[in-house]
Amino acid sequence: MTQYIMRRLLLLIPVMLIVGVLVFTLVHLTPGDPAAVILGPDATSEDVEDLRERMGFNEPLYLQFFSWFGGVLQGDLGESYYLDRPVTNALLDRAAPTILLTVYALTIALVIGVPVGIISAVKQNSIIDRLAMIFAISGVAIPNFVFGIFLIMVFAVFLGWLPSGQYTSLAEDPVDHFRRMAMPAFSLGFSSAALLARLVRSSMLDTLKEDYVRTAYAKGVAFRHVISRHALRNALIPAITIIGYSVGTLLGGAVVTETVFTLPGMGRLVVNSIARRDYPIIQGAVMIIAVMYLLANLTVDILYVYIDPRIRYGD
Amino acid sequence: METSRTRDAGDADSLRDTGSRKGFLKRIGPQSRWYWARQMLENPVAVGSMIFILLVVAAAFIWPLLSENYPFRLNPVGRLEGPSADFLMGTDQFGRDVLLRGVFGARISLAIGLSVMMMSGILGALIGLIAGYYPRLDTPIMRVMDGIMAFPPILLAIAVMASLGPSTGNVIFTLGVVYTPIISRLVRGSTLSVKQQLYVEAAQSIGVKDFGIMIRHIFPNTLSPLIVQCTFIVALAIIAEASLSFLGAGVPPEVPTWGAMLKDGQTVISRAWWMITVPGLLLFATVLAINLIGDALRDAIDPRSRQR
Repeated sequence: MTQYIMRRLLLLIPVMLIVGVLVFTLVHLTPGDPAAVILGPDATSEDVEDLRERMGFNEPLYLQFFSWFGGVLQGDLGESYYLDRPVTNALLDRAAPTILLTVYALTIALVIGVPVGIISAVKQNSIIDRLAMIFAISGVAIPNFVFGIFLIMVFAVFLGWLPSGQYTSLAEDPVDHFRRMAMPAFSLGFSSAALLARLVRSSMLDTLKEDYVRTAYAKGVAFRHVISRHALRNALIPAITIIGYSVGTLLGGAVVTETVFTLPGMGRLVVNSIARRDYPIIQGAVMIIAVMYLLANLTVDILYVYIDPRIRYGD
Repeated sequence: METSRTRDAGDADSLRDTGSRKGFLKRIGPQSRWYWARQMLENPVAVGSMIFILLVVAAAFIWPLLSENYPFRLNPVGRLEGPSADFLMGTDQFGRDVLLRGVFGARISLAIGLSVMMMSGILGALIGLIAGYYPRLDTPIMRVMDGIMAFPPILLAIAVMASLGPSTGNVIFTLGVVYTPIISRLVRGSTLSVKQQLYVEAAQSIGVKDFGIMIRHIFPNTLSPLIVQCTFIVALAIIAEASLSFLGAGVPPEVPTWGAMLKDGQTVISRAWWMITVPGLLLFATVLAINLIGDALRDAIDPRSRQR
């Protein structure tokens, strides 16, 4: 097991390198001189030359890459043009809302998705199943930001039950924090809940047809226990894979959701940086989120081995 | 009872009158290569979804021609007016017809969805075929694909669009690249298994060129899952384009798109509910219809998926 984890961690290095090359390439996709683009049309040629020198744009491309990537490995993501401070600090200041939003959304996805999937499968073809699947199919089709705007319209504008916009940190006032995060977390987690419900249902239906489930019934195990001890544990295995994937969707979705609800997270910083052409911020945020996503997937893969003893990676 | 009688009558009809549509469908048996088409046409959800998409497309192209309210026409007097006989779903902050703009926005969304599908479909299929066919190239190519998939798609799209600048072409290029790995993984998987088939070995032994084998013998056998996945790419791309335009990183702001309309609408959310309802519902219904078509297509092509 330890060996497997070590091997997976080592395998992260080439992936990180590829991710690094891709992120580095992003800035160099800019048509023309990035320094001129950053400074805008009013800049003098001396200013442009000055910035080129400062950002190291005059160096050969491969040297630029290695000095940037070397910094990244040490946690130095460069300097922001606009904020005039290290990118790493700027992003860390904004990390809490993004991470909390993602965690809440994932929790909502699990708390809604898994039970709905189980009930649907156990009561296959019933009205509950039909309704649940209508929810699942619509949930996947509604983009999280559209759902978020509709939630604001209904719960903040029409009913006035929940506040929208502005952020209160967890430490400052937990009650207000959760009141303000309820709509963002729900709108972000909804599609994942729908996806999860569908997946749990279909894998539960497969499991319920297995011989060992029939055996359990035959030897007189109570229905409740057949479901919870025999069927569910096996049915959840495919669902775990989708959780790793969901973390990526949620982290990406958080960027849009933060903009809808004006939360001061990394995503909103990225979106604001687009107009300011603050590429180091965009690069840094993309890099950090990609690494978070890779680590989430790694965690899921390791959990997988713990939960299902039939899976043995080692060989 | 009533229904079984009509079905019998339908079968009897199909023997006599093979020209009728029902009879024509009934003649396509499970062995036919068009059996999936029959199953699609017999699936009310799929037919309804296809009709909805056709209606949206028709409206997007014909209505702006017929209506006197041009989608770009400014009307400073009638700003943010509620639904009325003249403007069925009200006007926006420039006095433009919201419903007309929403319907017009379908053009951009669907065009981008289809173009992204074509691009990632072709690029992904080529990459998948090459990676699956040549074992030496497999690892390097697929590691790059894994690298692209290490980013949440929307975030990667935002980053690329930030560098390239807002334009319709850039959106298509960006999303096309972002969704290529999904297709290439799928095609690579099928290629690996099809490559083992005897007819591929036969083709190799009589000297058919590699490219010919890939295109003529392997590619057709990877098509069914590819087509299904492509349908979902259209839906994903439409959502992604709307998200990008909502963030101001998509198509230029002057083009009426659902994402940009939602962005404008959110600023006046307390005064003009129609401004977000129209693009929001159109976006939702279009994506839903495309997903339902994809589901139906998967069931028709792969009967095993149906019980799920």
